Amino acid sequence: MKSFVKGLKSGIPIGLGYLSVSFTFGILAVSYGFEWWQAVLISMTTLTSAGQLAGINIMLNPGQYIEMLISQLTVNVRYSFMSVSLSQKTSPEFKGIRRWILGFFMTDEIFAVASNEDVVSTKFFAGLTVFPYLGWTIGTLFGAVLGNILPQSIMSALCLAIYGMFIAIVAPKVCHSKSLFLVVIVAVILSCLFYYVPFLSDNISSGLSVSICAVVAALFGAFVFPVKEESSDE
Amino acid sequence: MNNQGFWIYLLIISGSTYLIRTIPFASISKKIKNRFIRSFLYYIPYTVLSAMTFPAALYATGNIIAASAGLAVAILFAVKGKSLTVVAAVSCLTVFVVGQLINIV
Repeated sequence: MKSFVKGLKSGIPIGLGYLSVSFTFGILAVSYGFEWWQAVLISMTTLTSAGQLAGINIMLNPGQYIEMLISQLTVNVRYSFMSVSLSQKTSPEFKGIRRWILGFFMTDEIFAVASNEDVVSTKFFAGLTVFPYLGWTIGTLFGAVLGNILPQSIMSALCLAIYGMFIAIVAPKVCHSKSLFLVVIVAVILSCLFYYVPFLSDNISSGLSVSICAVVAALFGAFVFPVKEESSDE
Repeated sequence: MNNQGFWIYLLIISGSTYLIRTIPFASISKKIKNRFIRSFLYYIPYTVLSAMTFPAALYATGNIIAASAGLAVAILFAVKGKSLTVVAAVSCLTVFVVGQLINIV
């Protein structure tokens, strides 16, 4: 119970951040011509930002099922790497059906917070998913039904919550490890290339570019600065 | 959006996203011994997060100056060891305040 509550608390900032992101998804989906319940259903069954955004764009055209599948696989391939990474940190009881159920909630942010733990138990992970899932669902509902009720200045400020959280995870670790610092710099430089070089940004979705940057930078790290045998987290 | 097409699309988008998350998660239960793969997996969370944050976060709020200020404050508080919630909150607050100041000026 204690670790479930700990997970719940850790999920609060994610849930708040998701409220604002999914709010904009809800507004967007309705403006595309979706019913409010369709927007909410997409959010409740998919739980991913980039994938849903790419998804509703494709859904506007009838019958593009293969395109949909390909776009989802490329945008979301990063989740596979996260799942493999987190599979190494779970406590022994966190397996089988528990992974098939809770794996559904493997978002960037939930993964990030979970992998910040030394050991991830089923209860902690389950608690961690509650507020993000509620935030994502309720935000979509509000966006779809109410449209733009919050002033723009508050909405745009909330958009930084997710990134602030990412920084809170990465920055302290980077301070204590020169090799991690360099690996992170490589990831950022690559990511900037994908963003600013027109040929790359025009042809590669943001979800896929995150996967490419993350994998290349982590490969660089594994080649140049392999972690010590045990206690790889120190 | 017509209903039949919607349900097929919903099945594809949710099904593929679910499987891409759970298949690796559920099928790898042993500790990976290989040092290279272990190193790769150690770096993955940090490279994912930094690639997602930069440069996208600069453009997340609609004002690059306010966003930069928010990110700078986030880094400062994060390095001082503040919790996720605190860092997220102060970065949002900074964006809001700087945004208002820019509007006044």
